[in-house]
Amino acid sequence: MLIGGIMVITRKNPVHSALALIIALLAQASIYLMLYAPFVAGVQIILYAGGIMVLFLFVIMLVSIDRSIRERQFNSQWVVGMIAATALGGLFIAVYMKGTSVFPEHALSTIENDNTQQVATMLYGQYMFPFEIASLLLLVAIIGAVVMAKKRI
Amino acid sequence: MEPLLHITTTHYLVLGAALFLLGVIGVLTRRNVVIVLMSIELILNAVNLNLVAFSRMWGGLHGQIFAIFVITDAAAEAAVGLGILIAFFRNKETVNIDEVNLLKW
Repeated sequence: MLIGGIMVITRKNPVHSALALIIALLAQASIYLMLYAPFVAGVQIILYAGGIMVLFLFVIMLVSIDRSIRERQFNSQWVVGMIAATALGGLFIAVYMKGTSVFPEHALSTIENDNTQQVATMLYGQYMFPFEIASLLLLVAIIGAVVMAKKRI
Repeated sequence: MEPLLHITTTHYLVLGAALFLLGVIGVLTRRNVVIVLMSIELILNAVNLNLVAFSRMWGGLHGQIFAIFVITDAAAEAAVGLGILIAFFRNKETVNIDEVNLLKW
């Protein structure tokens, strides 16, 4: 998964980046399966590796990539960017080193046999309102995408 | 004898932090807008990984629900972002972010 992630940010051709991202997403779906979350793993494969990546590949083919491959790949502020990212990494490492272990060593037992049913019950019961808000968000996103991609409004 | 491969929550968190860092590096250093958007997807995936790991740790399902909401957000964000990218490419004939310097002083 990390190899896929590294390849996403280093490849020259955006198509290669997208394929590496698909590898990373599938690896993450397998990690979800390890964490006893089969429904999230399925959603990850179908929505991410299926839907969103097809969208990315379409757009890569719509915009011309021939010229951008031959150009400089990193922007002019990449030194500052790397310094900022290194500072963030140092922060993570410092937190990891200084933090005392507050996590329980053994994970609690999760209900594993009817995960999808439990997720659905919670989604339509306790999380009803956020669910409706999410549908509104998707509607807004559809309209926004169409308006943005239209030639003349 | 303690089993050698005992994966705790901390391992998942370290993996999520590394993935987040890769995404940040991609956002801050790449020039191609498409790859910047893909790096944002990496960041969102790191967050998802943390949510599901915590959900496993506490034995509840709230983290998984939130992971599904984050995936929904990512889909909306990708659709709008790629729409903006198409409009931008039509106007400027390029996909490099450092040529979007209209607001530069």
